[in-house]
Amino acid sequence: MTAGTADLAGRNRRRRRNTPYLLLLPGLGFLALFFVLPMLFLASNSLQTGNIYDGYALTWHWHTYVQVFSDYHQQFIRSFEYAGMATVAALAIAYPLAYVIAFKSGRFKNLLLVLVVAPFFVSFLVRTLAWQSILADDGYIADGLRTLHILSSGGRLINTPFAVVCGLTYNFLPFMTLPLYASLEKIDVRLISAAADLYAGPATAFRKVTFPLSLPGVVAGTLLTFIPAAGDFVNVEFLGDPLHQMIGNVIEKRFLVQTDYPAASALSVLLMAAIIVLVIIYTRRAGTEEIV
Amino acid sequence: MAATAAPSTTSAPRTSAPVPRGRSAGSRALRWVRNHITQAYAALALLFLFLPVAYVLLFSFNNTSSRFNERWTGFTWTYWRHPCAVPGMCQSLKISLQLGAIATVGATLLGTMIAFALVRHRFLGRTATNLLIFLPMATPEVVMGSSLLTLFVNQASPLPLGFWTIAIAHIMFDISFVVVTVKARLQGLDPRLEQAAMDLYATPLQTLRRVTLPLVMPGIVAAALLAFALSFDDFIITDFNAGSVVTFPMFVYGAHQRGVPPQINVIGSLTFFLALVFTAIGQLGRGRASRKHA
Repeated sequence: MTAGTADLAGRNRRRRRNTPYLLLLPGLGFLALFFVLPMLFLASNSLQTGNIYDGYALTWHWHTYVQVFSDYHQQFIRSFEYAGMATVAALAIAYPLAYVIAFKSGRFKNLLLVLVVAPFFVSFLVRTLAWQSILADDGYIADGLRTLHILSSGGRLINTPFAVVCGLTYNFLPFMTLPLYASLEKIDVRLISAAADLYAGPATAFRKVTFPLSLPGVVAGTLLTFIPAAGDFVNVEFLGDPLHQMIGNVIEKRFLVQTDYPAASALSVLLMAAIIVLVIIYTRRAGTEEIV
Repeated sequence: MAATAAPSTTSAPRTSAPVPRGRSAGSRALRWVRNHITQAYAALALLFLFLPVAYVLLFSFNNTSSRFNERWTGFTWTYWRHPCAVPGMCQSLKISLQLGAIATVGATLLGTMIAFALVRHRFLGRTATNLLIFLPMATPEVVMGSSLLTLFVNQASPLPLGFWTIAIAHIMFDISFVVVTVKARLQGLDPRLEQAAMDLYATPLQTLRRVTLPLVMPGIVAAALLAFALSFDDFIITDFNAGSVVTFPMFVYGAHQRGVPPQINVIGSLTFFLALVFTAIGQLGRGRASRKHA
């Protein structure tokens, strides 16, 4: 990497040339074995026929894909809808928050950063369970909203799409806030004052300077929120109703309850493919290739 | 970049500036309101963030008789005094801690080595390596979990589903996060410090041990803490590969159907405070280190 290091190691050039490979081998080998290989197994499983008792055989049965798509396209669409809504909501909540931390927090910056991350020190399942109790029919919030007639007397919060989107928004919020903060914090404030000097009002300065410069954070944050949200099944399980499942629920049940591996694998492959396509289109559109 | 701040923004000239340089009392008042709107909004966002935390802390003391801990019915220390009274919960906690420790050691070791190779060496296959590090972070957990399941249930697999398959899964998804964290720290390092050590006749190994590693250590520690947190918290990937082993998140998942013991909130509060203490130590350590270098 650096000239000085290379010179000094000159006498041992061959050993040095091998060093990176020796450093990479164990880790990349592990990833090849337990990330890449399983993906191939998944793809292969999706084209097999058989059942768990008699075993499966690879028969290139492409029809499974047609079958699962016609059976579950609704859940696919719903997953992307919920994940999309949660991503927009998370952006709306996190952007002002990250903005305040980056530009207006002064000596409280570190404290605020800790505060933003701290809620996620409560385990994912425990905090989702907490939302289940908070939004419950007997809970204080549902009661209060009924008293105010915002919610009808039989109306509920739990087991609704609203609760699921609320849970998804909440659970993946730090993945939105932190990249936004990172890119806002890098902005040279003199650029914003230059915009003001050139008679841009605060809104114009934000629209023409601050926001475009924070775009890498917006892209990274929306992706890091959307991807886990689209594949999640815990929020539906805790906060939603069985009639409005996401694709993650279908995959989980198909694998672990029905042990219908070919169909479940095909659904997994479809989800992965859909997300890759969406990510590529989105990053092209947003005009930045820099994701992390 | 600066082109986006082009002078073409000749909208109606307004006097209030977004940076401290108010020109009149009126604009100062306007700015005050504007500033505090965003701050009030941020405060609301924080309230949203802390609502479940407040619930978990408060309802760990709730003397509840309902299966689902939803309304306040009186204060009690019972659950804090007997956190392990719920059958199976503390056993699951122990398993999660063991898994966390194994995943942390494994992933920190493997990931740190990759980070060193990426920052300190030129080699063929850099782009492929970066892609292989990035992909696990961009893959939905259901896909990773289910693909590992198809690997482990294959007849040729020597490992039955259980503790070690979970450990492998956790090391796997932790590696990328370790690489990214350590890489960031390594890139921020002044290469002249290592050059100086070598100029003073330190061998490459001595340089690594006496100069590079101590300087990178904060990054490695941060990576290890992150790896532990991710492993301890993971549910979806674990769910696919656990066999009959029950980790703490899996225990909580089961509890949501059977009824929620308030002790879950005790454990939630404990992990919250522990993580907070670690963060505070980290912040203090960083503050002291930066003062020393200044």
